[in-house]
Amino acid sequence: MSNDIVTRMGDGERVQLSAGEIREDIQTGTADAAQRAGVPELTAQEQERLFDIISDPSRIVSVNPGEEVIVTDDGCSMSFYSGQDGAGVGVPLSRMQAVLTYERACGADTTSLGHSDYSYKPVKPIINFEANDYYNTSMMTTAPFFYGAQPNLGLYFQPDGPCPNAAELMPMGKIDEARRAQEEAAGHLAKDLVFVGSRLADVGLEGLNFDTSGSAGDADFMAALQAVAELKRKVPDLPILMGASGEFVLGMHGEVEYEGTRLAGLYPQGQVKVIETAGADIAGVAINTATTESLPWNLSRAVTFVKAASGASNIPVHANVGMGVCGIPMMEQPPIDSVTRVSKALVQLGKADGL
Amino acid sequence: MGMHIAHIMASCMGGIRTSGDLVAWMQMTRKMRIHEAKAYVAEKLGVGIIDLTDEEIMRDIRKNLGIGTVTSIAGGPKGIRAKCKIADLLGINIRSVSLFKSQMGFPG
Repeated sequence: MSNDIVTRMGDGERVQLSAGEIREDIQTGTADAAQRAGVPELTAQEQERLFDIISDPSRIVSVNPGEEVIVTDDGCSMSFYSGQDGAGVGVPLSRMQAVLTYERACGADTTSLGHSDYSYKPVKPIINFEANDYYNTSMMTTAPFFYGAQPNLGLYFQPDGPCPNAAELMPMGKIDEARRAQEEAAGHLAKDLVFVGSRLADVGLEGLNFDTSGSAGDADFMAALQAVAELKRKVPDLPILMGASGEFVLGMHGEVEYEGTRLAGLYPQGQVKVIETAGADIAGVAINTATTESLPWNLSRAVTFVKAASGASNIPVHANVGMGVCGIPMMEQPPIDSVTRVSKALVQLGKADGL
Repeated sequence: MGMHIAHIMASCMGGIRTSGDLVAWMQMTRKMRIHEAKAYVAEKLGVGIIDLTDEEIMRDIRKNLGIGTVTSIAGGPKGIRAKCKIADLLGINIRSVSLFKSQMGFPG
């Protein structure tokens, strides 16, 4: 069989695979996701449809008219004015100009504002600056306008924060101390998330995004859930998007629960249920991309996880399709051929409500 | 950079070029899944679901309803003025609109 289908590896490298090799990667990818998360594999028909999407000879592919979904973002407009660290192109635009360009020139369904650090803790001391910028921009935007950042529990550990460093305690065998440090840090984090959300709500916040929740593990994820619930109690009409950071919640603590559900090891179909329980309006899921595996393998895994999450959820599910997640190659300039194949497959087969 | 535009072109509704912002509001304010949100907006606009992403149809609808067009029409509502109309059209609470109306002394 000739090697005549051009595709990508998880790091973006262009490769040629035979039809048989692509089908095999699709099969092993969905089997891997199904085995890990305890969810069904893609059916033979779905695998064949995924093969068709991946092997389409066109450079760019798309969904059919009428199948389109909503795009939310984690600071996309920042990419207009930021530098390489933020995958930005360095155009000298103000934040408002970037947001309006994203809305009007790019046709984004929603837009967002965020601090360059993109974590909530650094926003706290400059909340009035952020509230001013948010308010002024919200008078100009027509599409829904979020404020977003990451909970990022890691910033609450020494030397950056007040709590003993759990990652240093664990290798010393001080597991109980590490757990207490994470619980203490989670308390600070939840308080800060509610503080920032509440202050922005005072200036007409249209939507809040807790992006990449759980990046420092299950205590991080728990703090975000607690903050969602508290904000919904204080500001019931505030729309909240809570997105995860990986295909399962890292068990850095191992024992924390939310409403009776242990968070460590929770896969997307479980993540969306606790996000829904906390009161969030949209759930985000993120599936890891393996750089040494092919796009067919990675995308097949991602579609399997996302389809299970979408099936389990009663609220909209948006698949995170940034660099290195949900099948997008792990590089700062992902090839458009791979981006559009991921986009199409997650909507048509993963049944995502948005990206 | 570049991914966002590729996703928008491949799979997304097109924001204020079409009706993507309206459908997004329904996901955000009513937790509607994509098909329910589209059906709700289509019913409010009196069009079919397939029309929601048709620029040729949606442009005139947006212009006539004063809910913002992607090209800038002098004197045409955009920003908070358009959102006031969107909130009324969809029967939803948009928090920036509520704040704006309270500052202007308009009823909620």
